[in-house]
Amino acid sequence: MTEALKLVPKAEAKQSMKDFKSDQEVRWCPGCGDYAILAAVQGFMPELGLAKENIVFVSGIGCSSRFPYYMNTYGMHSIHGRAPAIATGLATSRQDLSVWVVTGDGDALSIGGNHLIHALRRNVNLKILLFNNRIYGLTKGQYSPTSEVGKITKSTPMGSLDAPFNPVSLAIGAEASFVARTVDSDRKHLTDVLRQAAEHPGTALVEIYQNCNIFNDGAFEALKDKEQAQEAVIRLEHGHPIRFGTDNTKGVIRDRATGDLRVVEVTPENEADILVHDAHTASPTTAFALSRLADPDTLHHTPIGVFRSTERPVYDTLMADQLETAVEQKGKGDLAALLGGNDTWTVVG
Amino acid sequence: MTSQVSSPAEQAEPAEQPGGVVPPAAERDPSLLAPRLDPAEGSGAKEVRKLERVIIRFAGDSGDGMQLTGDRFTSETASFGNDLSTLPNFPAEIRAPAGTLPGVSSFQLHFADHDILTPGDAPDVLVAMNPAALKANIADVPRGAEIIVNTDEFTKRPMAKVGYATSPLEDGSLDAYRVHPVPLTTLTIEALKDFGLSRKEAERSKNMFALGLLSWMYHRPTQNTESFLRKKFAKKPEIAEANVTAFRAGWNFGETTEDFAVSYEVAPASAAFPMGTYRNISGNLALSYGLIAAARQADLPLYLGSYPITPASDILHELSKHKNFGVRTFQAEDEIAGIGAALGAAFGGALAVTTTSGPGVALKSETIGLAVSLELPLLIVDIQRGGPSTGLPTKTEQADLLQAMYGRNGEAPVPVVAPRTAADCFDAAVDAARIALTYRTPVFLLSDGYLANGSEPWRVPEVHELPDLRVQFATGPNHELADGTEVFWPYKRDPETLARPWAVPGTPGLEHRIGGIEKQDGTGNISYDPANHEFMVRTRQAKIDGIAVPDLDVDDPHGAKTLVLGWGSTYGPITAAVRRLRTEGVPIAQAHLRHLNPFPKNLGEVLKRYDKVIVPEMNLGQLATLLRAKYLVDAHSYNQVNGMPFKAEQLATALKEAIND
Repeated sequence: MTEALKLVPKAEAKQSMKDFKSDQEVRWCPGCGDYAILAAVQGFMPELGLAKENIVFVSGIGCSSRFPYYMNTYGMHSIHGRAPAIATGLATSRQDLSVWVVTGDGDALSIGGNHLIHALRRNVNLKILLFNNRIYGLTKGQYSPTSEVGKITKSTPMGSLDAPFNPVSLAIGAEASFVARTVDSDRKHLTDVLRQAAEHPGTALVEIYQNCNIFNDGAFEALKDKEQAQEAVIRLEHGHPIRFGTDNTKGVIRDRATGDLRVVEVTPENEADILVHDAHTASPTTAFALSRLADPDTLHHTPIGVFRSTERPVYDTLMADQLETAVEQKGKGDLAALLGGNDTWTVVG
Repeated sequence: MTSQVSSPAEQAEPAEQPGGVVPPAAERDPSLLAPRLDPAEGSGAKEVRKLERVIIRFAGDSGDGMQLTGDRFTSETASFGNDLSTLPNFPAEIRAPAGTLPGVSSFQLHFADHDILTPGDAPDVLVAMNPAALKANIADVPRGAEIIVNTDEFTKRPMAKVGYATSPLEDGSLDAYRVHPVPLTTLTIEALKDFGLSRKEAERSKNMFALGLLSWMYHRPTQNTESFLRKKFAKKPEIAEANVTAFRAGWNFGETTEDFAVSYEVAPASAAFPMGTYRNISGNLALSYGLIAAARQADLPLYLGSYPITPASDILHELSKHKNFGVRTFQAEDEIAGIGAALGAAFGGALAVTTTSGPGVALKSETIGLAVSLELPLLIVDIQRGGPSTGLPTKTEQADLLQAMYGRNGEAPVPVVAPRTAADCFDAAVDAARIALTYRTPVFLLSDGYLANGSEPWRVPEVHELPDLRVQFATGPNHELADGTEVFWPYKRDPETLARPWAVPGTPGLEHRIGGIEKQDGTGNISYDPANHEFMVRTRQAKIDGIAVPDLDVDDPHGAKTLVLGWGSTYGPITAAVRRLRTEGVPIAQAHLRHLNPFPKNLGEVLKRYDKVIVPEMNLGQLATLLRAKYLVDAHSYNQVNGMPFKAEQLATALKEAIND
């Protein structure tokens, strides 16, 4: 077991997917991408082998934030945008828990943007699953902070004016130690990314492209349609050259003049220059450049997989260490001595 | 004859003798009976007069170290055993432009040989470090009082800066006062000439020179100040020694110069205090200790989620020093995250606290509503300051009461507890924790800037005197279904307290989900059922209404017809005003609320007993509004919202007028 989970008690008996299903009826719209993510998480949890009473799912507000109700673990469905803050309090006070945050593009990047970036920079031991459907679903279809410019919605009949966030770029900019992207419909890839996130010590941000079949159907079709996906999706694998396209004919190289990354047709001449993905490098520069490859409108050249996975000190561990150090230096707190202080006087009857 | 008794009524009636026959103040004040010696006739040994009480105000530029000077004098006074009460008053700017009126910082200290209640209305002695300090404070100084001025600063430019066309030291405008012109800066530089400090560095010790002088005037013990200075400047020993030297030079100056002919003794206030060990304590420190003590008594880890805000930050600072008590402090990215983290920790089984002031409460409101819905214990400490909006960050006010009561969407009742004095912040914090833990609810603790920064003697409690606050976490199923299955219902309540079980993550078999959506009674599952919602709203209200709080005590020795009712930090000034009235033979009853929600059960009956009810508040009548709404009584408001606590004399006059009205 990795560093991230070593303080979390293990399950006594072998678990199955059914152990993680709560008795609550799942109430997302039929066909919602959330069902696939829920199934993947419930199916993957037994792999971790953690005592399920030590797992907590915390969410904010939005369609995705109903998630905790369907997990037979401890859970809190909180208020809009605040899940990372609440989860931070829980994780920093209880190192024996595996704490997961479930959030959406509106919840995490709009109303809760501040909490998200600060959780990432602190590196609190949280696993944040960001369901990105590029729309506000629960309020019935307004544009979100990840919607493309010009999006026609109920609140933007003439097209939205906002430039969108790229959640992966944002997370890398916010000093995140683990950043990944996956897709709701690719169960295998999703599970693989979740596994790496769970084992990461510190905050892991996983952006999950999720289809809202009611208000933004087909938003990720370019990545899902078999034919288009060949050209659109770049699968990142640590230690492997970054190649994609039909018959792997395309690749990513670093432009010698600008230092930036770009997509090229692979030729015998440039084959040796194809970038080898290094998720563990301390510098965020290349991971950031990878996150900028995708075209925000067509989604062509969208990398998926783990962009960045680096080790740095975990906030909750540091906090606990300070408490221990304080006891070593000053002894265990003595309440009577504290209340009395140094300057007292006595009144006798 | 003497300037030391500017407002004799406050000391006229010790609290322990309500209704006793009390001689007029003048007959009892030994300073008024002391032999009057003309120093010129003396043989060189200086006269010492005994006083019952003194009010001193140190005033200077924000950079002059007046708060430190006041703190040190307070500490000396506390260790001497006087009763005391302090009023620091400083601008919100860290350093307003030097020498200007907005940059003036002051510290008032009232100390006595008997039980006192307020920092005093008007100073008997004003120490003015510059023209701005004189100008900003002179209106508060009664004629005949002593004024010690730093003459070095009374030059053309500093005087012009505050609009003095001529020097007030020379133009006769201070003739009604006893002015001691002292070249504090020159004397300090002179005293430090062997230290090799620059003029600027040496000048900085002038506050310690002034402290030394005042310490001589009032026979204060000096040992602690010297060791304090050596500790504070441990890394710069020559600065430490320079300050000690300036401090001693100030003392010696008083002893030798003829301008200071008289020194004063104020005996320890031993009779005013019950037996015990005492220390001086500020409200924010007492509150911090109360939180640590409550966590210890509850056997729970203390978790503070907070964002810095004046005047609450001191609690964050203090608690962050005590990690060896298992205290976790989390300085969050904003007010919302501060309370969010605290609520997360509460879910995990901590005694969770967030500290803030009014603007922060506004931001936290949604999370407080969530805590009401989740029914988890959580303390929200609001150190009130002047509002609305940013308002007056460093000044006091009581205008967040209705915000605490009602400032949330939906029916979201939250208990409200308010300390009455700086020392009482300890007990109030413990009491607020008791309510939060017993009833599984967020609780407001409403202190204010006056209590937070002011200080007074505190009888240090013995740990064994503190209440047992231990709670029982849920450990297993609490409900049997019709088919005999044992299950855990997170919203199945204790029939007595209506509290729901506190089942913390890590407890096997009790996995459950909670949230801000309305829950079904018992199971806690999402429910939109109309009848269930009505039931839950009424049940949450009934839980708060049913919180056990002690009956309201009424102090009414003469069977008065008028009741004065206060809450929070007005206790000192109201009690002082009541003493004045009774001394004058005006009967008045007094009561003071600690619990604003729920009110004590006997409050309605108490209010109806009196012909007239007067409610002084540092707001525009928020408690009076609650009383009128709930009890249909004609509560009369007396309000002040100038950022300062009530003055006893002014309040006494207002009460008298209201009684005679």
